[in-house]
Amino acid sequence: MANDGDTASSTPEAAPGPIPVMQQVLDSPFLLLFLGVTLPTVLYLIWGVMEIISVPLAD
Amino acid sequence: MTAIDAGAIGVAGEAPARVAKYRTCRFTGLRIEAQAEALIKVNAVAAVVFLAIGGLFGLLVALTRWQAVHLLGAEWFYLVLTAHGANVLLFWIIFFEIAVLYFASAVLLGARLAAPRMAWLGFVLMVAGALMANYAVLEGNSSVMFTSYPPMMASPWFYLSLILFAVGALVGVAVFFGTLMVARQEKTYDGSIPLVTFGALTAAIIAVFTIASGAIILIPTLLWSLGFVSNIDSLMYKLVWWGMGHSSQQINVSAHVAIWYAIGAMVLGARPLSEKVSRMAFLMYILFLQLASAHHLLAEPGLSSQWKIVNTSYMMYLAVMGSMIHGLTVPGAIEAAQRRNGFTRGAFEWLRKAPWCNPAFSGMFLSLVMFGFIGGISGVVLGTEQLNVLMHNTLYVPGHFHGTVVAGTTLAFMAMTYLVVPLIFQRDILWPRMATWQPVLFGIGAGGISMFMMGAGTLGVARRHWDTTFTDAPHAFEHAPGAFLMLGLNGIFAVIAAIGGIMFVVNVVASILVGPKLGGAQTRPLTFPLHQQAAEAASTYGSHATVKLPGTIILVGLFFSAFVLYYFVNWKYLSELWLFR
Repeated sequence: MANDGDTASSTPEAAPGPIPVMQQVLDSPFLLLFLGVTLPTVLYLIWGVMEIISVPLAD
Repeated sequence: MTAIDAGAIGVAGEAPARVAKYRTCRFTGLRIEAQAEALIKVNAVAAVVFLAIGGLFGLLVALTRWQAVHLLGAEWFYLVLTAHGANVLLFWIIFFEIAVLYFASAVLLGARLAAPRMAWLGFVLMVAGALMANYAVLEGNSSVMFTSYPPMMASPWFYLSLILFAVGALVGVAVFFGTLMVARQEKTYDGSIPLVTFGALTAAIIAVFTIASGAIILIPTLLWSLGFVSNIDSLMYKLVWWGMGHSSQQINVSAHVAIWYAIGAMVLGARPLSEKVSRMAFLMYILFLQLASAHHLLAEPGLSSQWKIVNTSYMMYLAVMGSMIHGLTVPGAIEAAQRRNGFTRGAFEWLRKAPWCNPAFSGMFLSLVMFGFIGGISGVVLGTEQLNVLMHNTLYVPGHFHGTVVAGTTLAFMAMTYLVVPLIFQRDILWPRMATWQPVLFGIGAGGISMFMMGAGTLGVARRHWDTTFTDAPHAFEHAPGAFLMLGLNGIFAVIAAIGGIMFVVNVVASILVGPKLGGAQTRPLTFPLHQQAAEAASTYGSHATVKLPGTIILVGLFFSAFVLYYFVNWKYLSELWLFR
């Protein structure tokens, strides 16, 4: 199906040229999976765990 | 349904691994594989069963919070609250989401399901986990509520059941990814996957992070409950647990937005205004939505302001931008489709003459409006560090997530069920008039529950607290009378939602069992018809690029006004409580 641009009709179009980089990214489920797991793992989990373990223990 | 054909699976020249059987749906023309169809059916049925169980527990909770009724004693209240959370926040939602993943991959792409035996194994694990969790909770030794914060300890069966359920769900997600690969390899589609499938992919990606977080924290907690680990750090538990607890609700958001697009396409022939813009909005979800988990930890002293603000006020707002894009493009796509269908007069003829009697449409549109106005705006307020202190851990928080998960996700899933029953179960809706009123009644109930719990929370009523009047407290304290009014109204609207829920369950179960048959040689038309271009709009790539959307622009303007007003009212409220001199 046409995937290189927006069309005003519902008729599918043939792809006329090279596929844009961003569309290649969006068409790669496993790249998206990598990004979608890595970002929250680093920003939320790993950074959060580092902060908690750096809290000094009470005497 | 008409034709049944068989497709050989496997690379040319090799022996096929198995022969997949397909039928062609006579309403949509979509090719539906038998294993995918069976798995969609069993997951949808399991979802509705756990919705019925969890909904009943929810009604008991609301009737206990209503002080004039105060139905349950303390021990039963916490037990029932735990069972309510597990059954509706996990089991109802995730069973249905697995059905959505199989529908969005195998059905919309016209492909066979990858590894159906693994899919059945996943389903069995999920059922076993859900039953075991209910047993553990009802036994009485696991009344730790949905969040199950240590040092409260549940029975080992409780943690084990959640792990089993999560593993089963992960298997289902893996089968979804496998099916995408099968469809690409066997060229059942060209170019990019359809937008609905991309939305389901977004849900699946968030599910992987969610389940991984659950495994990281629930396995040591299980060992702790068995006595093999001496201590679980409470803050560490909260941090990792919310990676599962809140992200699991972000799976819902992605799934129900995909369903909004699917229902718009199937009922009205609506195409996205712009595939690129809608996909970028889903990308915002993939990258940033899980980080909103941090808003549950904004009052924790062990985490820095940098961590809190980066995760919520910076990153979460990018995900909110994704939601606001969908909030424009979904009604915009519907308006564009309706104008194409001939409803062109004025700004709102497209909306007035929309198929409101079709429960799939009415449920979807009510879900869209209430998710945005109630769940969305309150979520942004809760995710702002300073404003969060106004209502942290109050009943406002359950009010917010009833706006997202009940008024938003559950209503959207109910709406989708009115399409799944005729198209997958091949039975028409048995009682159409009941189906027409059901989303309205449930929507009013769910909206009321959300608003009045948020109202009570704003007045300081704590969440997870049986004794709202503090009768057993050593120091007397009384909430404002308005708080009890809010709790009473919450109870009344919970009864309305329960009636809507019962209508849904009864009608769906009766339709599946004895509804008019649509399969075989039947020529009976659908009671709630689909658009002529339903399948093409839902299962192919393509946009309806137009900006002539006066009605949508007015609605979006109204939403922004409400958003800005409510946001700044809360800052004003904060400034009155938190005086700087």
